[in-house]
Amino acid sequence: MTQVIATTPGLFPLPDWAKDELADLKGHQKTDLISGDESDEIVAAYDEAREEVISIQQDAGLDRVVEGQLRWDDMLAHPLAVHDSVETKGIVRYYDNNNFYREPVVQGDLGADGGDVAADLGAAADHVDSGLQAVLPGPYSLADLATDEYYGDDAEFLDAIADFLVEEVKSFPDVETLFLLEPSLVENAPADGEDERAADAIDAVASAADAEVVAHTYWGAIEEKAYAHLMDAGVDAIGFDLVANHDQTVYNVQEYGTKDDVALGVVDGQNTLVESPETIRDRIDWFEQQTNTAYDTVYATANTETFYLPVNKFEDKLKALANAADLEAAEA
Amino acid sequence: MTGPRDQFKPADHPNDHFLLTTVVGSYPKPKWHDRARELFEDEDADFGEDEWEESKDDASRLITHEHERAGLDVICDGEMRRNEMVEYFAHRIDGYEFNGRVKVWGHNYFDKPSVADEVEYGEQWLVEEFEFTDEVAERPVKVPITGPYTLANWSFNEVYDSEEQLAYELADLVNEEIEALVEAGARYIQIDEPALATTPDDHAIVGECLERIVDEIPDDVRLGLHVCYGDYSRIYPEILDYPVHEYDLELANGDYDQLDVFKEHEFTKDFAMGVLDAHTAEVESVEEIKENIKKGLEVVPPERLTVSPDCGVKLLPREVAYGKMENMVQAAREIEEELDAGEIDVVASGAEASADD
Repeated sequence: MTQVIATTPGLFPLPDWAKDELADLKGHQKTDLISGDESDEIVAAYDEAREEVISIQQDAGLDRVVEGQLRWDDMLAHPLAVHDSVETKGIVRYYDNNNFYREPVVQGDLGADGGDVAADLGAAADHVDSGLQAVLPGPYSLADLATDEYYGDDAEFLDAIADFLVEEVKSFPDVETLFLLEPSLVENAPADGEDERAADAIDAVASAADAEVVAHTYWGAIEEKAYAHLMDAGVDAIGFDLVANHDQTVYNVQEYGTKDDVALGVVDGQNTLVESPETIRDRIDWFEQQTNTAYDTVYATANTETFYLPVNKFEDKLKALANAADLEAAEA
Repeated sequence: MTGPRDQFKPADHPNDHFLLTTVVGSYPKPKWHDRARELFEDEDADFGEDEWEESKDDASRLITHEHERAGLDVICDGEMRRNEMVEYFAHRIDGYEFNGRVKVWGHNYFDKPSVADEVEYGEQWLVEEFEFTDEVAERPVKVPITGPYTLANWSFNEVYDSEEQLAYELADLVNEEIEALVEAGARYIQIDEPALATTPDDHAIVGECLERIVDEIPDDVRLGLHVCYGDYSRIYPEILDYPVHEYDLELANGDYDQLDVFKEHEFTKDFAMGVLDAHTAEVESVEEIKENIKKGLEVVPPERLTVSPDCGVKLLPREVAYGKMENMVQAAREIEEELDAGEIDVVASGAEASADD
């Protein structure tokens, strides 16, 4: 019997009070964004906001609880944006969204600093008894979002990013699950040779984790060849965006199979229309039927990060996901 | 292909050449006007609808005259009645609802509306704004209006099958509003589409939107399209087929690194080029602006060049915004004099022979 686990890819919207308070404490310009050495007041505001979004997830009944990534001003580029060997430059567009982040320019050895993500996760662990889920950018996406001025070679740069993420993972507290977010696999598909290296890099990060690892892709389906390589990575599940493109995804899985577990982006992280638990359940059932497989575990998740949403709809969507998982349990 | 441009040349224009100087739209609000809005939104304050209307009228009159004092040929009221370029319209269109703020970048947020029901024309959008500005202005008035693609792209779509379909429905409403504006006497309309050139192939959707927008709009109405902060190579030269007279483009911010895009294929319409950076708080010198204007003359001849800031200037300190306008007008007039005297070579294709030839 398939176990449905309700979760999210993290990167939550800040609670509205925290939007105001942090804007007042930090400012509105690009030089005011997170640097990794925040004042005590700013740290306290983030701690309070983190506790709040953990409670929201627990009250909604999600099976996995994330830290919320509220400090990630630069979205998936965050782990580099706060790195000592990285300089943040101008504001650039975040994929094809009306959102912007500071371009991180790597100017030194990435092995020289780390632990930012692990520290936030540690703070979250104090409030989560079970089901803590870590979130990281996948190595391919993190390399794609950054500019390299130090390593001078794409393959070497990707390896350095993967090594950096490996060290980050090694300093994590105990977590149940790790989501590696890899939208660039879809949005900026790797070229020949690069696809294999991307899969190797994901494999390296996944191997370092003492947890179930999901390599989650979104904003469409992965190109066939890149998908075939991704299947070689030692992850427990691959995540698919069924909101943006379900047909190509189903084709990939029919053609190349998938892991024993799967993550399905069945709730739209970029639209305020709230899916009902029944709709979510129907989408999961549809995927199982189309791929003719009963998965051990289905991670039912929002397809994308959820900071695109206003807080009320974000909370409604978390409840819908949790209720969809319960719906399945009731029928079992 | 220059369209109905001559009607905007002042009768007392000092030079033979005419570079049309104008603005994109928004202008810094006087502090007292912001304070008035806070009071109006504060339920406990003794500040009602009448007082708020008076504040908007006063601010509109003040900034209209401030634009005229800067010497601009075509002016607007700095959008003193509008709060934000999508929210303002979404509040007036039936079918929209608001759920709360979402992040744009850092701690900058936007009250992104949701289309929760079919969109329909509700109350008037800009006719009253135009009528008031036109009444108090000596100079011709331009009306900036947010385009349907941006209205669709910067909203959550809960109803329509696609963003494209929503954009077309909104285009029909924009057409209705522009017809009403023309009826009220407007002769220069600028459609703002900052969402254009941000996603692949969006130019086709905007093209279809514009066909709907111009339906039954008289030929003597000058139509412009404003685009900013996008990748222009994604949309040029395809946009030249749009049924508008003028393209208003942000270029100073990137130090004209995208100018070559417009030189690779002949620019066959009017070119309204950003000669001022809307996001630096230093006033560019007249000399610097003149150099920028000359870059425009590499793309089109003077009779097809409009001179304007990159974008709306509402985020600048007011005295900086005014200083920029004033220097921009002076720079344009000096370039006109130099063109009259044959001191500038016009290199754009389709240019009239310069005096040096």
